[in-house]
Amino acid sequence: MTDVLRPHAEQEFAAELALLAEHDDRPRPPGWKLSPWAVTAYLLGAELPGGAVVTPKYVGPRRLVEVAVATLATDRALLLLGVPGTAKTWVSEHLAAAISGDSTLLVQGTAGTSEEAVRYGWNYARLLAEGPSAAALVESPLLRAMRRGAVARVEELTRMPGDVQDALITLLSEKALPVPELNTEVQARPGFTVIATANDRDRGVNELSSALRRRFNTVVLPLPETVEDEVAIVARRVEQLGTALELPAAPAGLAEIRRVVTVFRELRSGVSADGRTTLKVPSGTLSTAEAISVVTGGLALAAHFGDGVLRPSDVAAGIVGAVVQDPSADAVAWQEYLETVVRARPEWNDFYRACRDLA
Amino acid sequence: MTSPAVLDPDAAQAVVEVYGVRHHGPGSARAVRRALAAFGPDAVLIEGPPEADALVPLAADPGMTPPVALLAYADGAEPGRRRALFWPFAEFSPEWQALRYAVGVGVPVRFCDLPAAHRLAEEDDDDPGDASDPLGMLAEAAGYDDAERWWDDVVEHRVDDPSPFPAIAEAMAELRGPVTPDAVSGREARREAFMRRTLRRARRDGFRRIAVVCGAWHVPALAARIPAAHDDRLLRGLPRAKVALTWVPWTHGRLAGRSGYGAGVRSPGWYHHLFTAPDRPVERWLTAAARVLRAEDLHVSSADVIEAVRLAEALAALRGRPLAGLDEVTEAVRAVLCGGADEPVALVARRLVVGERLGAVPDATPMVPLQRDLVAAQRRLRLRPSAEEKDLDLDLRVPTDLERSRLLHRLRLLEVEWGVPDPDASRSRGTFREAWTVRWRPEFDVRLIEAGVWGTTVADAAAARARDLAAHAGSLADLTALAERCLLADLGAALPDVMRVLADRAAVEPGTAHLMAALPALVRALRYGDVRGTDPAPLRTVVDGLAVRIRIGLPRAATGLDDDAARALLAGIGAVHEALSLLGDDASGHRDAWLDALTDLLGRPNVHGVIDGRVTRLLLDTGRLPDASGRMARAVSSGAPADRAAAWIEGFLADGGVVLVHDDALLGLLDDWLAGLPAETFGTVLPLLRRTFGAYGAAERRAIGERVRRPGRPTGPSGDDPDPARADPAAATVLRILGWETA
Repeated sequence: MTDVLRPHAEQEFAAELALLAEHDDRPRPPGWKLSPWAVTAYLLGAELPGGAVVTPKYVGPRRLVEVAVATLATDRALLLLGVPGTAKTWVSEHLAAAISGDSTLLVQGTAGTSEEAVRYGWNYARLLAEGPSAAALVESPLLRAMRRGAVARVEELTRMPGDVQDALITLLSEKALPVPELNTEVQARPGFTVIATANDRDRGVNELSSALRRRFNTVVLPLPETVEDEVAIVARRVEQLGTALELPAAPAGLAEIRRVVTVFRELRSGVSADGRTTLKVPSGTLSTAEAISVVTGGLALAAHFGDGVLRPSDVAAGIVGAVVQDPSADAVAWQEYLETVVRARPEWNDFYRACRDLA
Repeated sequence: MTSPAVLDPDAAQAVVEVYGVRHHGPGSARAVRRALAAFGPDAVLIEGPPEADALVPLAADPGMTPPVALLAYADGAEPGRRRALFWPFAEFSPEWQALRYAVGVGVPVRFCDLPAAHRLAEEDDDDPGDASDPLGMLAEAAGYDDAERWWDDVVEHRVDDPSPFPAIAEAMAELRGPVTPDAVSGREARREAFMRRTLRRARRDGFRRIAVVCGAWHVPALAARIPAAHDDRLLRGLPRAKVALTWVPWTHGRLAGRSGYGAGVRSPGWYHHLFTAPDRPVERWLTAAARVLRAEDLHVSSADVIEAVRLAEALAALRGRPLAGLDEVTEAVRAVLCGGADEPVALVARRLVVGERLGAVPDATPMVPLQRDLVAAQRRLRLRPSAEEKDLDLDLRVPTDLERSRLLHRLRLLEVEWGVPDPDASRSRGTFREAWTVRWRPEFDVRLIEAGVWGTTVADAAAARARDLAAHAGSLADLTALAERCLLADLGAALPDVMRVLADRAAVEPGTAHLMAALPALVRALRYGDVRGTDPAPLRTVVDGLAVRIRIGLPRAATGLDDDAARALLAGIGAVHEALSLLGDDASGHRDAWLDALTDLLGRPNVHGVIDGRVTRLLLDTGRLPDASGRMARAVSSGAPADRAAAWIEGFLADGGVVLVHDDALLGLLDDWLAGLPAETFGTVLPLLRRTFGAYGAAERRAIGERVRRPGRPTGPSGDDPDPARADPAAATVLRILGWETA
């Protein structure tokens, strides 16, 4: 585990999963490694008898996680919807890790995703040499999940071409995949289901067909509700990432994180925090995930080039980079924000100067 | 299973059971029904105003459909001070079920709460029921956020003990602590004293098996040993109001907690469903939700409903609840039926969770004559009240529709806003159509009862109210608006009085501006009165008088004004001009005289630029001004101060720049004036010009820009003469479409 850049959820939190399994005395649905209660506890955090603590993986409304887990428990497919950076992939990975102990049965949706990636392909050398046989079959992650009764993940479902999306329909409604070349079929074992993620903000996506949409229960993941929530999320993630990337330990100043989160929230909503100034909304998504990467980047700067303390100048470049995606319109929005909101806050003086120096 | 009730020594043989309920709780309602059937009482006491005892038999009437409410109102109270109290009952209210049980088996019912006469006499009584929710408190203590769910989980599913009431009595006793004579005070003490007194009386009257249905909170108070003398002392000498009680229809919307009603419930539709669904409440609910969505053309299949039921049940299991509740079914509706979207969920909440259900009361219900008259009118005009908002499109040429329109207008005069005219449709006044949005609200019954002082029929009451409004009207414009409303409501009886007041007031009104504001409503009424079949003669007299006085007062009103006053007058001039144009070239000659007055205004000094420009434009549009170009040149010439010139332009172009697109000479003038401005003057004028041109639509501005860029070219796309050979087929087609020429 120590030698990989980013361990899978089931590797990173193996200890917590084992602890939960040990204390879990509730009925488990067929094919599940944990009971639905334990899965919910794994995602939302809990304190186990004996004093062991399970860290929260998702900070947000409890009911969303409950609906997601209940959906998977009824062997329905789950669609996680939301704007970029609302932890869709994060939640899907942890759900798969907790339910099947394996979050790697993953199909990444892109414009180039082919039907083979969803169903099966062929080892052509073998196919030519031996003719169609089970040995020549190259199984997709979905097919393997069916065989094993595990959770398969489809990332960015709406980026796949429509015809590839449609290949999922039979799979989800029949829970079986015919292989006509071998005159056989693969039937899913209990525990098989699909978690798909899709975002409803990016342009150029392929709309989900209503036939496919009906096969999913949909859970919309919201942006963090309060500043406090968002600061907590960013702080925790930054800490974890810092460990994983072996950054020199710099105290991630909570004040600096709060400032980044405040800037992002204000620009995202188009209103200043005190509700008195209307702002131009830049084209970037300014998600929590981006806030996390701005702070991590700042930490790296501070550790390697600064005095080891996160300073306004360390995050300023990251913030400007995240906000100004479109060089003309976003730059205007940022300038306006800088002059009307940031400048008016005396305690933000150093930050204002740092941003001015960049321009 | 006798509750811990106190038995007086002199009535030792009487058995009393006290059922502590949750107001509007379907679980309580079911339990009360079962307990009553098992107990078989010979008298039932219910928490409610004792003055309503005489109204009990009506509950058995087949015409009585909940939700209904007992309405107590202070009879003869002066209007304006609303003094009314409600005790609402839904189908799923335990009190209602007890009432229905009692009248069904012929057992006497007595209401045992503090009489409404006392409560209405109290100074500030804005608490219509129990604000506290003791079962809710218990549920919270047990870690539930919804008392009904707690009740269902804890009480309804306890099969070994069919009656939950002893347990509730114990819990309440624990919650309240020992009830001593001095433990409670204020109105609560008086209410509970009266409950005990009613119970004592029932015993004395010889009833032997007495059932009491009251809020759970009061159970310990009824069971406590408190001497009768103490209660009598508490109840002696209370203030008393003269009250009358009746049943009125109620709505689920008003039952919902969000309307601020003390003992309200968040989801009356869900409770109604829980109480009435014979079995499988979750399946039935989700099917109903699917139907609501389908009615809005949202595709929801039976397969989706099946998945929704599975999700709701899995969620309930995950949350450790024996049955899926409202939270779980709502999550299922959102995740499965609505694809995660919030808007359809809100629709389901509105239609189903609250559910706009309007109750009905039988004909025999006591009503004031005004209510009766309205009910008769509703029946005659086939216009049934409904709690749901509906659009009503009336064709005033149809007698029934005309009657309906009059009824709605009259009710509006009585402040019963059953129908609200569609604001968008007001521009199309003068056609034969009238659009209304109608929605009945329970408080209208109170307004009707209050309006009873004005008369016994809707028409009489509205007329009396109109006369009263006229006598107390604040401004002339209010009066003319009132006159217009009288005409719309066809109040021939009140109109002469209103017009007399109007004429008197107009005669002494010094401000021309006020007269100008008053005129348009009258002219509209006069112009369209014939559609409604009203007599225009009295109106005509007043319009004549007003028009003359406005003409005479105009020059004085229009001179020596500052910017704000000038703009205010501008609106008045526009309105009068429009109104008099509407009147047309009739025998009165008002229009010509008005135009003469305007022409006269042009030559005067000291007239504000905005008015001067506007009047020039109005006269230009009527074709009375041959030398508009010359006037404009003068107004915007370099001799005139720049701000006056800009104001002139603003007034001149106040209602659109189309004239600039089409009149080259005018545009040229304007262009030359602008181009000739010295640099420093241009800076002063620019904001004023921008105000004028900023009001134009983008298309208009673009068209003007195009014209300026290519001056001197005619308006058409090309300067060529039309080619008849090419145009003929198109023209023929247009003529055929218009029906002017047959094929």
